[in-house]
Amino acid sequence: MNDDVKGTDGGVIGRAGGGSRRTAGAGGSGGSGAKGPGGAGGSGGNVIEISGLCKRFVTGRGSGRRTVDALDDVSLTVADGSCLAVVGESGSGKSTLARILVGLEAADAGEVVLAGRPVARRPRRAERRARARDIQMVFQDPNGSLNRRRTAGSAISEVLAAHHRVTGAEARRRVEELLEQVGLRPAHARSLPGELSGGQRQRVAIARALAAEPRVLVLDEAVAALDVSVQAQVLNLLSEIRRDRRLTYLFITHDLSVVRQVSEEVVVMRQGRIVERGSTTQVLDDPQHPYTRLLRDSAPRPGWRPVRAIGRDAAEVEA
Amino acid sequence: MKTAVSAPPARRPGGPAGRRRPGGGLSGRLGPLGVAAVAVAALLVLAALLAPVLAPYEPDIGSIVQRYLPPGPEHLLGTDQSGRDLLSRLLYGARTSLLGAAAVVVIAGVGGTLLALVATWFGGRVDAFIGRVLDLLFAFPNLLLAIIVVAVFGTGMAQATVALAMAYVPYTARVLRSVALRERRLPYVQAAELQGLSGVTVSGRHLLPNIAPQILTGAAINFGYAMIDLAALSFLGLGVQPPTADWGLMVSQGQDSLLQGYPQQSLLAGTCIVVAVAAFSVIGERLGGRAAGGRA
Repeated sequence: MNDDVKGTDGGVIGRAGGGSRRTAGAGGSGGSGAKGPGGAGGSGGNVIEISGLCKRFVTGRGSGRRTVDALDDVSLTVADGSCLAVVGESGSGKSTLARILVGLEAADAGEVVLAGRPVARRPRRAERRARARDIQMVFQDPNGSLNRRRTAGSAISEVLAAHHRVTGAEARRRVEELLEQVGLRPAHARSLPGELSGGQRQRVAIARALAAEPRVLVLDEAVAALDVSVQAQVLNLLSEIRRDRRLTYLFITHDLSVVRQVSEEVVVMRQGRIVERGSTTQVLDDPQHPYTRLLRDSAPRPGWRPVRAIGRDAAEVEA
Repeated sequence: MKTAVSAPPARRPGGPAGRRRPGGGLSGRLGPLGVAAVAVAALLVLAALLAPVLAPYEPDIGSIVQRYLPPGPEHLLGTDQSGRDLLSRLLYGARTSLLGAAAVVVIAGVGGTLLALVATWFGGRVDAFIGRVLDLLFAFPNLLLAIIVVAVFGTGMAQATVALAMAYVPYTARVLRSVALRERRLPYVQAAELQGLSGVTVSGRHLLPNIAPQILTGAAINFGYAMIDLAALSFLGLGVQPPTADWGLMVSQGQDSLLQGYPQQSLLAGTCIVVAVAAFSVIGERLGGRAAGGRA
């Protein structure tokens, strides 16, 4: 309850802070942070504070060995209650960022502070569990995000049981509540993923994430695999949920039209670096960085003619 | 107790969207040949189970004056070099052969599954280490490995079974590892993992049920091979010891008679092996083919 109230304030502050343009990993303090969260010991109004995050992947062996810097000194703050979109082409490191945040991947260097608590780089199980109560993730693939042999209800109650002491009857009641919150019927608790549509599956995945009652939801291309009308429904649902629960979203996407719909702030990533950050309208209407411009101009829209040599343009961006 | 209105997961078709469950009718998955194979396998198992009832004579007791009797009303399939009833020996032999192969498959299946899950869950160095050990075991031919183990621990049915099971572990482990690895990368496993659930919980609750079809398929295919290999070990005198009835041993003991013009024993026991192996292989392949093709 208390957290929720703080969340609203933080959100307002965060938006105010995000208004000023920042570039290239200069993660600001997220505004004034007048009312810092007390209980969790948060700092200012930021629920996520990332500084100097690096992650390098090594592929191949011997002479074929190559390294890829998925994250190269990324610093970022997300204000409590805000929605930050992270955009970039595939391979820009945005998914790696998400996976490190939720603890599925270990960073090589850098620090992550979640809800005021620094998180271990290689978390043990108990730490992971504690972290999961603060931050949850919704994955891209609606086919793979649910166990095809277990019911939607059991997917949700598994998370419930992992984080809260609930009796069987309570859990069932909570599962039904959560399903209703994501626009499904209680009867869907008994459906197998194969009996649900892609949109319904993604709703179940959202309900599963909400079951932990997190403060932050990381949405990793959560609507990318859905067709446009379903996408709009799920996006509306996500907005509603954020408003009702005063959640913080980290919205990872490559789709700029989605960004406009959901988030007030946006970070543009390229080759593991943040190239631009600012309010959504500013960044998308008046991009400062050439890469952002390229990204915006590459997005399909009515009357759009594909840019042919995207490689050459990228090279120009480089220069 | 109170308000158990929302029914426990007694899942029936006709739920919210009563669609067909993945992998519907078993007979549909097996096809006609598969169904026939299942029937043959069931018949063999039944014969083994009911051997004491069905067998007209004691399998180990014969009369030397009744040796090499041709098939007739007294002895339906004739007698062997010691005057023992061949039908009775085949029935009892089914017990040893099927039980031995089943034991091999179960031990190898459990061992292989555990190794695969451990390798998959921990990944990295653990995976690499398990992989190297399996490679090492792969370097030995199955039967040779079994022979070495038998040489160390002595001959006998139990030793031969355990030895063969050990030789089979690398095969099951390798196949299951690749299946489990594919599953491990799916978001639902990661969703469970990021809740801070233990590896045992996630593996048991999520990975194991989803690789179960492959475990069963592998078991069915291995069953046939295990029968052949066990028969070979018995043939070499390393497995089942006389006078116990066993198909492999019968083939081996029929050798002398074969040379003397009485091929029944070797032929009959050999036919039993071929039929059983064929039946289980067909079942395994049918299950495997459909399981691989019919994934959601």
